[in-house]
Amino acid sequence: MADLKTNFCGIRSPNPFWLASAPPSNSGYQVQKAFEQGWGGAVWKTIGAPVLNVSNRYATIDYKGTKIIGLNNVELISDRPVEVNLKEMKEVKRNFPNHAVIASIMVESTKEAWQEIIKRTEDTGIDGFELNFGCPHGMSERGMGSAMGQVPDYTCMVTEWAVSVATKPVIVKLTPNITDITLPARAAVKGGAPALSLINTLNSIMGVDLNTFDIKPSVGGKGSHGGYAGPAVKPIALHMLSAIALDEEVRKRTVPISGIGGIETWQDAVEFMLLGATSVQICTAVMHYGFRIIEDLIDGMSNWMDERGFKTIEDFIGKSLPKVSSFGDLDLGFQSVARIDHNKCIQCNLCFIACNDAAHQCIDLTTMKLNGNPMERPLPVVRENDCVGCALCSAVCPVPDCITMVEVESNRPHTTWNQLISEKPEVLAWDAMNEYRKKANFHIH
Amino acid sequence: MKPEKTTRQQADESSIEGRFKELNLPFNDREALLESNRCLYCYDAPCIVACPTHIDIPTFIRKISSGNVKGSAKTILESNLLGATCSRVCPVQELCEGACVLNEDHKPINIGRLQRHAMDFADKNKLNFFQRGNPNGLRVAIVGAGPAGLSCAGELAKLGFEVICFEKRPLSGGLDTYGIVVFREPVEISLKEVQMIEELGVDMRNGVEIGKDLLLSDLVEDYDAVLISIGLGKVPNLSIAGEDKEGVFDGLEFIEQTKVKDLKTIKCGSKVVVIGGGNTAIDCATIARRLGAPDVTIVYRRSQFEMPAYEFECEFALKEGVRIQFLTNPVEVEGKDKVEKLKCARVELGPPDLSGRRTPRVIADSLFDIPCDMVIKAIGQEKPYDLLSELKKFGVQEQNGYIVVDPKTNGTSNPKIFAAGDCIRHKGEALTVVAVQDGKIAAASIAKMLLPSKTNGKKTQPPGTR
Repeated sequence: MADLKTNFCGIRSPNPFWLASAPPSNSGYQVQKAFEQGWGGAVWKTIGAPVLNVSNRYATIDYKGTKIIGLNNVELISDRPVEVNLKEMKEVKRNFPNHAVIASIMVESTKEAWQEIIKRTEDTGIDGFELNFGCPHGMSERGMGSAMGQVPDYTCMVTEWAVSVATKPVIVKLTPNITDITLPARAAVKGGAPALSLINTLNSIMGVDLNTFDIKPSVGGKGSHGGYAGPAVKPIALHMLSAIALDEEVRKRTVPISGIGGIETWQDAVEFMLLGATSVQICTAVMHYGFRIIEDLIDGMSNWMDERGFKTIEDFIGKSLPKVSSFGDLDLGFQSVARIDHNKCIQCNLCFIACNDAAHQCIDLTTMKLNGNPMERPLPVVRENDCVGCALCSAVCPVPDCITMVEVESNRPHTTWNQLISEKPEVLAWDAMNEYRKKANFHIH
Repeated sequence: MKPEKTTRQQADESSIEGRFKELNLPFNDREALLESNRCLYCYDAPCIVACPTHIDIPTFIRKISSGNVKGSAKTILESNLLGATCSRVCPVQELCEGACVLNEDHKPINIGRLQRHAMDFADKNKLNFFQRGNPNGLRVAIVGAGPAGLSCAGELAKLGFEVICFEKRPLSGGLDTYGIVVFREPVEISLKEVQMIEELGVDMRNGVEIGKDLLLSDLVEDYDAVLISIGLGKVPNLSIAGEDKEGVFDGLEFIEQTKVKDLKTIKCGSKVVVIGGGNTAIDCATIARRLGAPDVTIVYRRSQFEMPAYEFECEFALKEGVRIQFLTNPVEVEGKDKVEKLKCARVELGPPDLSGRRTPRVIADSLFDIPCDMVIKAIGQEKPYDLLSELKKFGVQEQNGYIVVDPKTNGTSNPKIFAAGDCIRHKGEALTVVAVQDGKIAAASIAKMLLPSKTNGKKTQPPGTR
């Protein structure tokens, strides 16, 4: 049986699954219940500055009958007094000494305020801190949350304040509401952060009611942008995670990263860890289904590790990072084409219309005879010579493994864009490019 | 505890009205949304081809999923004015759902129930989608206001024709009104469709029989075109002894009573034998059960493999407690004054006949009796020979009692006379949806003939040229 024990920057937990700082980790009752059901750690809902909340706080986006592929909130940090939260943190830590309890904190931007709350919180025996530089609504307008995280200098400064007094590890949680995630990541590391986490939520308006014209969520007829989370944000989170995991300056300091953003299943969690996350944090899936999802998270990851022969999570963390490259370093000589398994094809012809209307017009509808049975309807057939290998057909095909992308010999040099323009800078003009294409066998359909 | 969710509602056994309520449940909004989202929205979808009226099924389903149920209903009705009836009575397994590509994958989309969802929405919200076209000064007479006649009338009215329907029965709708069991389709559904056609400006003249109240020659003379959509007739004689005894009924008349009469006043035996192997036989048998007959037997001379009734209909009958006696041929209806028993012979099957079905052969010395107090005949319908011979005078040809038409136009050998519906259905199945398409074809041809330059409208294109 695989060992899921996690050591994140000295913060130990029985498994890498932590509750993200959010409504599910709002109280001692909730965190203890989560630990009883198997969660490895919890980042407590952010404590700090006094706030007042509104209702409604959440809105969701559903897709084709599937509920909550995304969830947005305008809820603020904990609206319970700091001392109540601290008392409960202490109690939870006493009852669950081997589980990770991390205090998320956010106060106004003065050195005194940050250092005071860190000192007060450390007395509870918690295992570490997470600095909330990411909250994109409500707090940011007051100069906190993402207002910090969006300015690398502030990120660096506040991190310094925190690290200088904290005796426990300090994780800096980054906001995705920024153009280049590596800049605040570097700033946090420069400020001495021993660990990072990402992503916080994305600015969003979830929708508009077609009858009332209210935006969603609506607070008595008016709304404001809120933080977007849930399965739909996972690709954004995966990119940002890999960007900072591969950043030279972050790597230099070997800063562990806690991955957050749309994780619902063990498979999602494994993907985050393959791209460099040492632990993962989950919120929306718990808000949708409750703490009980932890059973499958642990079981599924363990089974996968056993099948793969991974004994500890360290064995696979970051394993996909070497696969992350940049466009300029991709092989221009690699060619794949779509191949349709006509024994599996159910003739919905979605591949045909997608290719014809939205791609490269290389699928024909052709009458064929299979196994001697005359087929009444035409079958989609790929003209492989014209197929650019875009993979759209395979994406729209509803039948698993019916359309696969198969590597074929391109008879093109296995060069990259970066190599090409360093060797032949003249191809940056169309004439030379056309000539090169002809020579190098780049067939443009 | 909540009962398990099924597509059929349990009949309220406590009253006869309860047992004759519509059996199949509609989708609720949530079910319709989930089911519509399952549709792949195939390109060049086979369900459209399989639907005899070529409803753009992927489009109407997509409109349900987008919340545009109004648009969905319009998409359906543009191809099939009797979409509400068809959503209830079409043998979808044999048509659209049978062609669904998801059959191969897991299970087909429940197209029939989705269509009913859109049709119910249109009905509930009293939506009208079509108006009478600008009058073009041309008059068309339609003989018989069944589904073929109604469909043709509606399509022509949309184009501005003055359409007069002559219907011998007090109500229009043909077998949709009189012949479909009420727990499949309540009679109001059919009557609302009739009303929709009337609201398009079609003049419905009920109680007028051609040949008695009006002459065919008058119609041919007075109108620019005539459509014959008279359907077929009564159930024919069995040609066995004793069939004139009290207690022997015409299956169609038996069904009709449950549509238009107070259910409590309908007489039904306690030991009922239904003769025939088609869907009408099944209907008669299940109606008899629901009217309270404890013992109902269908007698069919071939085996279950040759049975023309749909498999799902047979299964339904069996679940209703109907017994089906295969390979049995009725020989004589016996009884003093009234029916007391049906004498039958056992049958074996010989080589296939022209229809491809194996020929039944009576086994010698195999006679036996089925005690019964009611015999219902459901062995097909008589051909309308009276009108056929009238039509002959106008050059309209018939074959085996069916009017001969060019299937592309539904025109007869007389250029002014067209025909549609069961009266031309010498092969293939007599379905409402096929009759609707017949009517559309005839309407398109009439328009093409009389408005040669104007009729390039999409809706009147000859079907089959999608």
